[in-house]
Amino acid sequence: MFFRMIKGTLLRQWKKMIMIAFTIALGASLAAAMLSVMFDVGDKVNQELKTYGANITVVPKSASVLNELYEVEGEEGTGAYLREDELGKIKTIFWAFNIVDYAPFVTVSGTIDDGSEITVVGSWFNHHMELPTGEQLDAGIASLRSWWEIESGEWLNEQSGNAENSAMLGTALAKKLNLSVGDTIHIKGSDGEQNFRIAGIFDASGEEDDQIFAPLNAVQALANLDGCIDSIEVSALTTPDNELAERAAKDPKSLTVSQYEIWYCTAYASSICYQIQEVITDSVASPVRQVADSEGAIMEKTQLLMILITILSMVGAALGICNLVTASVMERSSEIGLMKAIGAQNGAISGLVLTEIFITAIFGGIIGFFAGFGFAQIIGHTVFGSAISMKPVVIPIVAILVILVTLAGSIPAIRMLLRLRPAEVLHGGH
Amino acid sequence: MSLLELKNIYKIYGELHALDNVNMKVEKGEWVSIMGPSGSGKSTMMNIIGCMDKPSKGEVLLDGVDIAKESAKNLTTIRRDKIGLIFQQFHLVNYLTAVENVMLAQYYHSLPDEKEALEALDRVGLADRAKHLPSQLSGGEQQRVCVARALINYPEIILADEPTGNLDEANEEIVVDLFHKLHNEGTTLIVVTHDPEVAEVAQRTVVLRNGRVVKEVQNKNFTGKIHFDEEGTHVTKNDLKSEEEIQAEEHANENK
Repeated sequence: MFFRMIKGTLLRQWKKMIMIAFTIALGASLAAAMLSVMFDVGDKVNQELKTYGANITVVPKSASVLNELYEVEGEEGTGAYLREDELGKIKTIFWAFNIVDYAPFVTVSGTIDDGSEITVVGSWFNHHMELPTGEQLDAGIASLRSWWEIESGEWLNEQSGNAENSAMLGTALAKKLNLSVGDTIHIKGSDGEQNFRIAGIFDASGEEDDQIFAPLNAVQALANLDGCIDSIEVSALTTPDNELAERAAKDPKSLTVSQYEIWYCTAYASSICYQIQEVITDSVASPVRQVADSEGAIMEKTQLLMILITILSMVGAALGICNLVTASVMERSSEIGLMKAIGAQNGAISGLVLTEIFITAIFGGIIGFFAGFGFAQIIGHTVFGSAISMKPVVIPIVAILVILVTLAGSIPAIRMLLRLRPAEVLHGGH
Repeated sequence: MSLLELKNIYKIYGELHALDNVNMKVEKGEWVSIMGPSGSGKSTMMNIIGCMDKPSKGEVLLDGVDIAKESAKNLTTIRRDKIGLIFQQFHLVNYLTAVENVMLAQYYHSLPDEKEALEALDRVGLADRAKHLPSQLSGGEQQRVCVARALINYPEIILADEPTGNLDEANEEIVVDLFHKLHNEGTTLIVVTHDPEVAEVAQRTVVLRNGRVVKEVQNKNFTGKIHFDEEGTHVTKNDLKSEEEIQAEEHANENK
């Protein structure tokens, strides 16, 4: 009998039910699209945020102390170095997945043929690494310094083989030395000398314009610094700091065990720095505040926007359902009054109406979910230029949202139904 | 003990006394008509007897239980177990067939039993129309489905609100005959009507005006059938007046 009545209502009120299903489908599709994008946006934004460069710098402990004492910028000449062979360990920390890119640096002074001194920086350009975890990583300043404008020539690339005996020259230095791409520069270091072919001239709009960048090993050879680096720049995805992160940044030991666990297991810049220090011997990692903060803020704002759109779409769907279900109950007031008159309790009638709405909601929700996944692909291709992968977690979340929205949208109608008095709808009150 | 007893019943809406100190008894197996013009309090009285409303004051004893003091949930249960309702507008669920409409009352009472529902339709002469939707039935047939639905759970009282109000004379007669049959089977009938011809078919007629019982007429010539004159028109044999006659009388009194 129950299902005969459900079937009867669904068939008789099919237009209204289609409207309800459509409203739910619309809300569910927006929710599914936004949630799919939100859960996948981390990977997409990773790529986008690489353009921000490094947000964490790692230096030797003694260099850090000197920097703090004398407020000296740069580590050249401190005599303390980090170990090149430990670089792979950075991708083994708890938040390894959030480490997007990194590059080591060694800076030495060199003398060119006319006797003038220049700063020579050794680094990775597009270095390929086999990590201890078995993963592979391409890292280097080609992506960390993506804002550099190559005025002529090209980026060095260890993998393509154009980096050997080559260097990139800052635009100011190139002008000063009157060098152009293809020319050779002879640099003499404290413990060695080498000719570098100019492969590219870049404009960094900063002090790097007066420097020459060459492959790490070649620069290490100039000063007999094999296996030594004096800083690492790391680009990591971070969560914006809060009071806990700020306290932990000052002294992690001041935290309780549970606070420490929360902090350690959250991608705060300070906890990532702490974890880097754990794997790099005698190092001090510190966040480049501006970059770390704005990156975290972008992620947070992007996700907040997605959540807001999801909430708004669900609120809109709830309001639509509310109107439609209320209209449906009003239309059926004499039928509901009759059911009450012949002995139906409020629970039985509410159950009947809710079952009808939920059957409709299931149809709407399923259609909406797939439509939403389609919308997500459009967003993915339009904004990020790639497809959005479907995360299984979106399914239960959309299902729960559809249930909640259907319930919330049905509340006014159910309240009306509960207040409905058979005497008033079956014949006049007096 | 009477099956139903109304003691000093008032129903007050602001300044309006829809029922004003009404007293009435209905014995088990009795057929009573409640008659009166529009606004006399008939429907209010029916709502109270049918457990669909509560009086502002007074007691309504059904089988000795004061239903005026019961909760809305209990009133629903009492209504379901003891009262069969028949409405002027039929109020059949239009997407259910005749037999399903009868089964609906079973469903909310206990368990739907199609065989029993078909027997109930057979009792009202509609066995062959069981699978028809209300829209495929005439007004008289719809009212007979309504009667079958009212009696399917063997209620103690059948309460009919203007049961012939929407019917032509032929169907009116069929429905009244059904009531006669039910009465003979021992069913207690309370019929609310403004039609004196239908009212006087009952054993007793209670006349309401302005919320008060102004007259109670025991039908001396009770047959349970509608009376016709030689030309086939309904006639009353008791001292009952139609709504038009009452209004004319009131108008004349005002002019005096």
